[in-house]
Amino acid sequence: MIEVLYFAWVRERIGLPRERMETGAATVSELVEELRAREPRYAAAFADTAALRVAVDQELADFDAPLAGVREVAFFPPMTGG
Amino acid sequence: MRIEVQAEPFDYGQECSRFTAGCGGAGAVVTFAGIVRNHAGGGLEAMEIEHYPGMTARAITGIAAEARRRWHLCDVLVIHRHGVLEPGEVIMMVATAARHRAEAFAAAEFLMDYLKSRAPFWKKEVGRAGSTWVEARDADEAALDRWGK
Repeated sequence: MIEVLYFAWVRERIGLPRERMETGAATVSELVEELRAREPRYAAAFADTAALRVAVDQELADFDAPLAGVREVAFFPPMTGG
Repeated sequence: MRIEVQAEPFDYGQECSRFTAGCGGAGAVVTFAGIVRNHAGGGLEAMEIEHYPGMTARAITGIAAEARRRWHLCDVLVIHRHGVLEPGEVIMMVATAARHRAEAFAAAEFLMDYLKSRAPFWKKEVGRAGSTWVEARDADEAALDRWGK
């Protein structure tokens, strides 16, 4: 089981802040493919991954990052802190 | 080093004084505050700041630790708020203390550049006509290049 979190407009588009899911995805990209295939709201949120950032176990990561042993993946737009 | 991520307002002046008083050996303190802009015309009613609770403090601590590796700093302070803020409110502050000003200035700029695009906060502007997510600017990302990422 993996915890998937969404922030900012990704959260709004999908309509929930987090969910637990069972996945066979080996990488973040494969997880994105799996989510996209689910429902139009996921497809809309993940339409352009260049507009998204990802954190794996609360560290910024790339979309080709492996998911073996990972507990938490978060998707969000580029950050606007400061 | 002190890192605070909080919804509550803080007293910027008091934090600056306390930080300065606690920096034995420092010859320079640089402080910066980020404020919710009061746009001319007054269209902005509030700024909503969302963050990633599990990751935020850790990300900021990592950025501050990197600053301490690059410059000889006596101390570093970062306070960043989340939640709903009104125009004119202080969103966040950084303070750096060093023996000489060049290091304190450089470290403060480094911290701000990284906090902008590497700390998991997202700002939403709420106006009379609706609300919009603040988009990251290319310039913010480009600002990281000068530090050699």
